[in-house]
Amino acid sequence: MEIVITITYAILLLALFLTFIRLLIGPTLPDRVVALELIPSILVSLIGVYAINHNTSSFIDVSIVVALIAFLAAIGFARFLERGGPRDD
Amino acid sequence: MTEIIISIFMLTSAGFVLLAAVGILRLPDLYTRMHASTKAGALGIMLMMVAVSAHFMSLTVLAKAIAIILFIFMTAPVAAHAIGRAGYFVGVPVWAKTVKDELYDNYDPDSHRLRSGLETKEELKNLPQKGKPRIRLNTKK
Repeated sequence: MEIVITITYAILLLALFLTFIRLLIGPTLPDRVVALELIPSILVSLIGVYAINHNTSSFIDVSIVVALIAFLAAIGFARFLERGGPRDD
Repeated sequence: MTEIIISIFMLTSAGFVLLAAVGILRLPDLYTRMHASTKAGALGIMLMMVAVSAHFMSLTVLAKAIAIILFIFMTAPVAAHAIGRAGYFVGVPVWAKTVKDELYDNYDPDSHRLRSGLETKEELKNLPQKGKPRIRLNTKK
């Protein structure tokens, strides 16, 4: 079980790293927003593994909050992109 | 036995999330990237929550996990739609090999209204002519 948890951590961190590369190089602002939307999804999975690893079910509440904030951030960013003023990618 | 099931779910979830990340890094334009990240990411979260609820085996955790799954499955498409629409109006270039872009002359660039094809003649008079409006300024190679 320990080995599986370690492997899962490693894969999720690799995914986080790849998404972060897209966040850095993304040619336009919407690309970065999509990357920013995926990062909380990876984070929710990471919190799930952490809860299993430490056998503490309270961490599930944290992932609820992260998922909620990610949705609000995505909607806010989309509105900013569509109606916003001048911007610099 | 339970541990094996949990392990399978966790590894599958991590695999799907990694697939989403690879897709977001490798795919050519915004719309295909969004397609990868939304679906694979949501499936990864779902499998991880199944693993969590199988590990704790309590009704409270199960309820929370189901709440997260429902929330993600309802909000991920909405957020992706909002970002994709915003990106289309901002003028993000589509992939050069894109076969079809049906929104191309159906979107009104000023009012951001979509032509549905069911308008009456009076409504069509007020809308811009087909082929006229150009939201996208350049399609990069």
